[in-house]
Amino acid sequence: MKGAMTSPPDRPPPTRRIFLVRATQAAGVLAMGASGVAMSPAAPASATPDSLQAAIRTVVGSAPLRDGKVTLDLPPLAENGNSVPLTVSVDSPMTPTDHVRAIHVFNEKNPQPHVMSAVLGPRAGRAQISVRIKLNDSQKVVAIAETSAGDFWTASADIVVTLAACVEEPS
Amino acid sequence: MSSVLVNAPRSARRGDVIEIKTLILHPMESGFRAGANGTLIPRDIIERFTCAYNGVEVFRLALSPAIAANPFIAFSTVATETGTLVLRWTGDNGFAVEETLSIAVE
Repeated sequence: MKGAMTSPPDRPPPTRRIFLVRATQAAGVLAMGASGVAMSPAAPASATPDSLQAAIRTVVGSAPLRDGKVTLDLPPLAENGNSVPLTVSVDSPMTPTDHVRAIHVFNEKNPQPHVMSAVLGPRAGRAQISVRIKLNDSQKVVAIAETSAGDFWTASADIVVTLAACVEEPS
Repeated sequence: MSSVLVNAPRSARRGDVIEIKTLILHPMESGFRAGANGTLIPRDIIERFTCAYNGVEVFRLALSPAIAANPFIAFSTVATETGTLVLRWTGDNGFAVEETLSIAVE
């Protein structure tokens, strides 16, 4: 944080833009929020429902996906897509014979469909994980749980994002 | 450079499910954003988080650029025995941070 405010004496005083960029680099903390820089038009196309399905298939294979058991907690509306709280919990006794082996989260419209994959086991005690994610647009988020029996359970949630991650202009 | 905040109980009864909340300072630069001159800012993220309980891995998370800056991760584990929890974050550009917690189990 401190480094963002000072510049070496032998350099010309930083312009506002450069300052913003330096502040972004130095103060990673706030970078994503207030002074992030615009996403390049050359950035790869965003994930699509097709690539979402493809990403899901790489994890699930040909096994059937069933709705239920998984609870995906995501706010219905996020004012800022840079940090959206997400909690996935799975209804499971978490015993050595019947537990959740992995939890995967995917999205529809970020540059890449994969968000995270957690590996857990009976020692987790409770099949629940919370993180904060970035969302590039209003979209669908999908959570998938893999059980020790090899079943896949899924839940999805739609979210409206008013300020997308990565696209705000420097101000 | 990086700093870590961890919230976990220092003691628990055997068999209790304890929740561990972690926060680590990291920009999680996605690699999809352009800098001032229009070129992409290279990707710099934490790729992996693990928690080992007395040397046995009990939780592992693979992160992606879609995880928000300063990753917050909350998960749970069963308090089985007195010992240490080693939390480890690794990522791009040789990023590696380790945090050790001790827990007393009665």
